[in-house]
Amino acid sequence: MKKVYPDAAAALDGVLFDGMTIAAGGFGLCGIPELLLTAIKEAGTKDLTFASNNAGVDDFGIGILLQTRQVKKMLSSYVGENAEFMRQYLAGELEIEFNPQGTLAERMRAGGAGIPGFYTKTGVGTQVAEGKEHKDFPTGPQGEPETYILERGIVADLAVVKAWKADDTGNLIFRKTARNFNPPAAMCGKICVAEVEEIVPRGSLDPDNIHLPGIYVHRLIQGDHEKRIEQRTTRKREDV
Amino acid sequence: MPWDRNQMAERAAQELEDGMYVNLGIGIPTLVANYVGDKEITLQSENGMLGMGAFPYEGEEDPDLINAGKQTITELSRTSYFDSATSFGMIRGGKIAAAILGAMEVAENGDLANWMIPGKLVKGMGGAMDLVAGVGRVIVVMDHTSKHGDSKLLKECTLPLTGTGVVDRIITNLGVLDVVEGGLKIVETAEGVTEDELRAATEATII
Repeated sequence: MKKVYPDAAAALDGVLFDGMTIAAGGFGLCGIPELLLTAIKEAGTKDLTFASNNAGVDDFGIGILLQTRQVKKMLSSYVGENAEFMRQYLAGELEIEFNPQGTLAERMRAGGAGIPGFYTKTGVGTQVAEGKEHKDFPTGPQGEPETYILERGIVADLAVVKAWKADDTGNLIFRKTARNFNPPAAMCGKICVAEVEEIVPRGSLDPDNIHLPGIYVHRLIQGDHEKRIEQRTTRKREDV
Repeated sequence: MPWDRNQMAERAAQELEDGMYVNLGIGIPTLVANYVGDKEITLQSENGMLGMGAFPYEGEEDPDLINAGKQTITELSRTSYFDSATSFGMIRGGKIAAAILGAMEVAENGDLANWMIPGKLVKGMGGAMDLVAGVGRVIVVMDHTSKHGDSKLLKECTLPLTGTGVVDRIITNLGVLDVVEGGLKIVETAEGVTEDELRAATEATII
């Protein structure tokens, strides 16, 4: 089966529908599937639920889908950088379910690994724990009980992710901290579409260094990425 | 004289031992890295990196290399990268020895509030809840009192919690306190600050 598609629109053909749940990789603007998000905007798919750590900025990342009112709900850990997001949220036009960052990542990983739920200490005694099953386990230093909450795995209708390199079978390699949420997001999608900077011939990636095996990737495109920097911080070269 | 930001960071750096893997929060905690001296401290960035380096030189910024505050950074010879699920696996699994974090409020039982103020814009907790629930030791660095002079060390937190009973040690501009059975215990005071002055500025029970 051929996984490589000519462009983002072709790769998403037939997999989008109104009201669907999409898991997206990326942290801030780093490692986001910018080409696929643009194609979802152009497709006009509505009432989307996004599982994504962040919501982009006003004119980049998931932010572009907020401008067109295509997003109904976000499952995120931090949404600070997006004024349009805040406007829609305060006006009651957008739902948000805050997830602790590690809980969100594990919910994706678990969903993709056939685990419908898991117990975690994260969020016990906070707003995050409200309405969730609580259970004690004898995990204390001397075997004393500690309280955990049940969090559920996420299975998304579609995952959109960004990697650095792929071979034509969808084996993926990420670069530096652009890996972030991309592997767990890819794993939890019923269908996963990946965009990469370069597709190389099979045999040219080291099998011992594949970050995400191609079994998780159903469709693939190569494209040019803007890779915008959100906060450019530098130091001066010391005078010699 | 109470400690300034850099002196608080310098004091917090004394909490770190050679070989530790540590997560530093945003603000004063970030400054702690400037005071570790010869100790080999490996900084974790929860977006998926161990061995965080300094900011890059101008012109060498890499959009694929940022820290959890979304700032461009650099790698070290011992750096490793991993995905977010693995990153929080090492946090939740207690592999990270310590987190040094800022706070809005700490209660005498170790409750911590640092993620939202009701009525103000809610941006989200990011990785704060995972960190305080998972790492070996939670060290809070913050001003002892608010701008209005109110104690930030309370009998009970008034803001929504980030975690319950999670704080081990608090370093403020007035001194160092540990969370112990029955309240807070003074470990030391900043040079020129008396125990009486520290007590007077504290609402929480000091035993």
